[in-house]
Amino acid sequence: MGLFGGTKTVHVDADILVIGGGMAGCGATYESRYWGRDLKIVCVEKANIERSGAVAQGLYAINCYMGMQWGENQPEDHVRYARNDLMGLVREDLGYDIARHVDGTVHKFEEWGLPMMRDPKTGRYQREGKWQIMIHGESYKPIVAEAARKAATEVYNRIMITHLLMDHKANRVSGAVGFNVRSGDFYVFRAKAVIVAAGGASHIFKPRAVGEGMGRTWYAPWSSASAYALPIEVGAKITQMENRIVLTRFKDGYGPVGAYFLHLKTYTQNGYGEEYEKRWYEDTKALVGEYVDHHPVPTCLRNHALLKEVAAGRGPIRMVTKEAFQDPHKETVGWENFLGMTIGQAVVWASQNIDPKHTNPELTTSEPYVMGSHATCSGAWASGPEDYAPSEYQWGYNRMMTVDGLFGAGDTIGGTAHKFSSGSFTEGRIAAKAAVRYVMEKGREAPQVSEQEVRDLQKTIYQPLENYRVGRNEIVAGTVSPSYLLPIHGLQRLEKIMDEYVGGISTNYMTNGKLLSRGLELLAMLKEDMSHMGAEDLHQLQRVWELQHRLRASESVTHHTLFRQETRWPGYYYRGDFMKLDDQNWHCFTLSRYDRKTGEWAMEKAPVYHIID
Amino acid sequence: MPTFVYMTRCDGCGHCVDICPSDIMHIDKTYRRALNIEPNMCWECYSCVKACPQQAIDCRGYADFAPLGHSVRALREEKKGTISWKIKFRDGREKNFESPIRTTPWGSIKGPAEYAAPRPADFANQELAHEPDALNIEGGLPALRRNQLKQGVV
Ligand SMILES: Cc1cc2nc3c(=O)[nH]c(=O)nc-3n(C[C@H](O)[C@H](O)[C@H](O)COP(=O)(O)OP(=O)(O)OC[C@H]3O[C@@H](n4cnc5c(N)ncnc54)[C@H](O)[C@@H]3O)c2cc1C
Ligand code: SF4
Ligand code: SF4
Repeated sequence: MGLFGGTKTVHVDADILVIGGGMAGCGATYESRYWGRDLKIVCVEKANIERSGAVAQGLYAINCYMGMQWGENQPEDHVRYARNDLMGLVREDLGYDIARHVDGTVHKFEEWGLPMMRDPKTGRYQREGKWQIMIHGESYKPIVAEAARKAATEVYNRIMITHLLMDHKANRVSGAVGFNVRSGDFYVFRAKAVIVAAGGASHIFKPRAVGEGMGRTWYAPWSSASAYALPIEVGAKITQMENRIVLTRFKDGYGPVGAYFLHLKTYTQNGYGEEYEKRWYEDTKALVGEYVDHHPVPTCLRNHALLKEVAAGRGPIRMVTKEAFQDPHKETVGWENFLGMTIGQAVVWASQNIDPKHTNPELTTSEPYVMGSHATCSGAWASGPEDYAPSEYQWGYNRMMTVDGLFGAGDTIGGTAHKFSSGSFTEGRIAAKAAVRYVMEKGREAPQVSEQEVRDLQKTIYQPLENYRVGRNEIVAGTVSPSYLLPIHGLQRLEKIMDEYVGGISTNYMTNGKLLSRGLELLAMLKEDMSHMGAEDLHQLQRVWELQHRLRASESVTHHTLFRQETRWPGYYYRGDFMKLDDQNWHCFTLSRYDRKTGEWAMEKAPVYHIID
Repeated sequence: MPTFVYMTRCDGCGHCVDICPSDIMHIDKTYRRALNIEPNMCWECYSCVKACPQQAIDCRGYADFAPLGHSVRALREEKKGTISWKIKFRDGREKNFESPIRTTPWGSIKGPAEYAAPRPADFANQELAHEPDALNIEGGLPALRRNQLKQGVV
């Protein structure tokens, strides 16, 4: 076993295992205890749930709140909004389900101590926009984590889950394995139900930031695609992986723009001070037809106009802040918005002497990300709510994937855009209630774990330490070895392949069938090279497994992008060989299933049901 | 770079190591003080900065796009329930902000098992914990009918 061969193996038995203690994982942990009073509920997290996941630095807004108590919005309004933004394709059954429960979640957050801003005139939550409410959310994550800690039987921090375990006789999950990134101990979790809540994926495509700034991605650098790789590798079906998201954000820091557009009423201009979105109306209409007339204009189409304007030589695009920032209240909101959720943007502006009161700051479009909770809906294909989901969308328990006993929530689950922090927590709660029912009804027989499989996985997981130990002796010093690659090498190769072949920034998000096929060939070689990864220590071992998860998700993204022969979301990516939206053939979901024995991907279409008029 | 630790302030307590979501704050074996071992995987999330009891951690913006001479300092005071920020521009201008972080005492959240246990019938419906009360609406949890579904183009 090499260097860490002497470390312990720790066995943990649980009724419900929650993987990832971010927003969705904390929601799942809380709700599991409410329904499963006597169950053993274990939450396992690769960092520390106190500050883990996309909400580590806090948030300044809760982006999904209906306000049903004041008649502001109804769940069906939210479904229409999300469907419109995603160019017609969302799982309306799942989206409605989140929307009908989300207000209760937010009210609980307030009761727990999350400072909500209130409209002084109405006494209601202060709206940032139709769906967003404003909070002082610096401690959003610690507060939510406190609720989860009170609910869990045990929380294991600093354990990176690398693989799910399957019952060796049935299509049923039986647990997960991973390692402690501090002690190196090998962990084997056996569980009757598993809820994957491991967040989205950054660093799949090459980021704009280079060198030291590489970590300044929009989504957190620790969002390592485990949410997709773990279910994919045990054969769960996954959907809409082509629907990666590109964000228009403040340049370099990727500071959020929501409060600026919606609350501060700032607006964009090209480098010459002109409005430009209208100029691209006809061009966009030729690509997507009447979708361009939808209100609000879908996020991808706004990106599209910006990209066209820059390509026409009229950059940089700027946010006009000078007017709004003359109001001291608005100025405070503008800055606190960053300090509350993207501090790096405040750092950029301070360093470049950008005071938005006097300078209109630049905007840019980010590299693409894969996730399931923002204006995008990649993720696992899940069973819908029992009370109304159509039969194609329902094969058992709510939020159960196509593997028995395997549930998901938040960025993990596909088809449900615009759930954000509150909706992810809520989806965790929905999945947990269903998982408790599953355990009560089906859990009497504990799923079987194969000892042989566990031993094989243990060897695989620690192999990079051994590769390094052996290979390191061949060379004098430094990072260049003929026999192993370090995780950063593999990551940069992955990012370059995805960037150049699958529609990243360097091609202006353009790809086609030829490029995608070539991309798959290069990804296959990277896959082979993964058995030659070297890790100097446990930290690098974590990075190797994060890379493995990113690679698996990237393969899925590439297969999905190849399968969908249309450009449904111009502004997110373009298929140069199929430049138009094609409702006749592609008003559907794309599904993939990976066969881990053969390494083959099977693609299929699934119907879109429109539940709401 | 992006975060770094001042040698004279750090006492090696390890709070930053414990909290960093990226697993990049480590204790240097020679100096027994903390350092950022992988600056290019730092999100400048300030979790470590906020957690350091000695204010030993600071952030120097990413070298590839942040000119020198700036500073963004945070002081998070749990007992007071506030976070204060001091932003210094490269040209010396300053801005200060303070926000509340929590309205209830730390540790005061009521765990889910402290509520009355759900009845067997509750498992069969679609309500989650604390519903329908927590929704603050009349008429109970909203629902759709199965016969509303239709397939096809919007
Ligand atoms: C810059 C930014 C601004 C945002 N703004 C808003 C906003 O204003 N309002 C809003 O409502 N939402 C906002 N969001 C979105 C919100 O943060 C996400 O929707 C939400 O956090 C998703 O929840 P999740 O639980 O799926 O993922 P996360 O909260 O990211 O949690 C995933 C967890 O899984 C853990 N994990 C990952 N892999 C493993 C593994 N292999 N083993 C063990 N643990 C693992 C991670 O460490 C993490 O704790 C924003 C996000 C970002 C990045
Ligand atoms: S928290 Fe502060 S004092 Fe403690 S080890 Fe980290 S830098 Fe040093
Ligand atoms: S700022 Fe965040 S990512 Fe960077 S070292 Fe500190 S805790 Fe880690």
